[in-house]
Amino acid sequence: MEYIIIIISAVFVNNIVLLKFLGLCPFIGVSNKVETSIGMTGAVTFVMVIATIVTYLLYQYVLVPLGITFMRTITFILVIASLVQMVEIMLKKVSPPLYQALGIFLPLITTNCAVLGVAVLAVQNDFNLIESVVFATANAIGFGIAIVVFAGIREQLDLMNIPTAMKGVPIAFVVAGLLALAFLGFSGIV
Amino acid sequence: MSQWKNFSKGFFKENAVFVLLLGLCPTLGVTTSAFNGLGMGLATTFVLVGSNIVVSLIKSFIPDKVRIPSFIVIIASFVTIVELVMQAYVPDLFAALGLFIPLIVVNCLVLGRAEAFASKNNLVTSAIDGLGMGLGFSMALTILGAVREILGSGSIFGFKFIQGDGMIVFILAPGAFFALAYLVVIVNKINKKQA
Repeated sequence: MEYIIIIISAVFVNNIVLLKFLGLCPFIGVSNKVETSIGMTGAVTFVMVIATIVTYLLYQYVLVPLGITFMRTITFILVIASLVQMVEIMLKKVSPPLYQALGIFLPLITTNCAVLGVAVLAVQNDFNLIESVVFATANAIGFGIAIVVFAGIREQLDLMNIPTAMKGVPIAFVVAGLLALAFLGFSGIV
Repeated sequence: MSQWKNFSKGFFKENAVFVLLLGLCPTLGVTTSAFNGLGMGLATTFVLVGSNIVVSLIKSFIPDKVRIPSFIVIIASFVTIVELVMQAYVPDLFAALGLFIPLIVVNCLVLGRAEAFASKNNLVTSAIDGLGMGLGFSMALTILGAVREILGSGSIFGFKFIQGDGMIVFILAPGAFFALAYLVVIVNKINKKQA
């Protein structure tokens, strides 16, 4: 039951992109096509879950015992950066098709604040290991839903007649705002 | 390029938020009021100036291949300093900005300036660039925060001039997107006229 609440709250009520404003760069950047946005979701899910596990273990078993929790930010970002590199190298060897599919998105993930954000939030919320994993997965799903829906709308937008000044980013923001408004409707169900 | 131009480009022509669209997460996340926007902007400015100075000082010692990780460590150190200082001296603001303080590390603006500017220029130019870009970022955040605060709660910098609630949607998440969308349109218009 506890896990279901974590999942619903992360996917809908506190959607990481639309209501918490994390991971906006890829959200705006790679949402031109539904296909690329699905690829990005795959890569983000992968890195987010692994990063949360690793940073959780490091935080609980290294930083806390040594009393250097103020090193959190530096440690986490280094872990994520090297993790992205490692995942890239490993995927290349183990599963070339998957590497082909995710390839271009992997380096972009280091600067995706959603990954660092979820890792920090999991520690701040005092989740245990399993809860952290559930939390990370749910947030990745939330990211996926938001970006795929958004990409679908943007594909349609290309065919629309939009005032010149609004073309490109501004209209994308308006659409994102409307989506956020829709997600706001979920507030209060948990 | 004169130093004045170097300093002032961050405000309009290359404004991080309105023109380059960098650092969007904190921009939308913390600007529920003008004061929060200003606080976040100044914290980012400090990190920007600090990291630009250090990067330009040690740029010749860093091997090209580990450049980005080194920059990230430098930036993360400054972010940790900001985190600790704010926690000690402005705990209210620290609580309001919350998660977005550690997230300055992944603000593309900071890494972008380190990589694109400070790693190629001398100390003074880099410091001025960081200050200009940072203050431009602060200005953008303050404006966005002010717009949302005026429309959303009928006050400015906490000073209430309309009784009762405003349009609450503007302090909630969707309002951030709407406000930024129209501010970008306005700045685009102005920049086009100047060009």
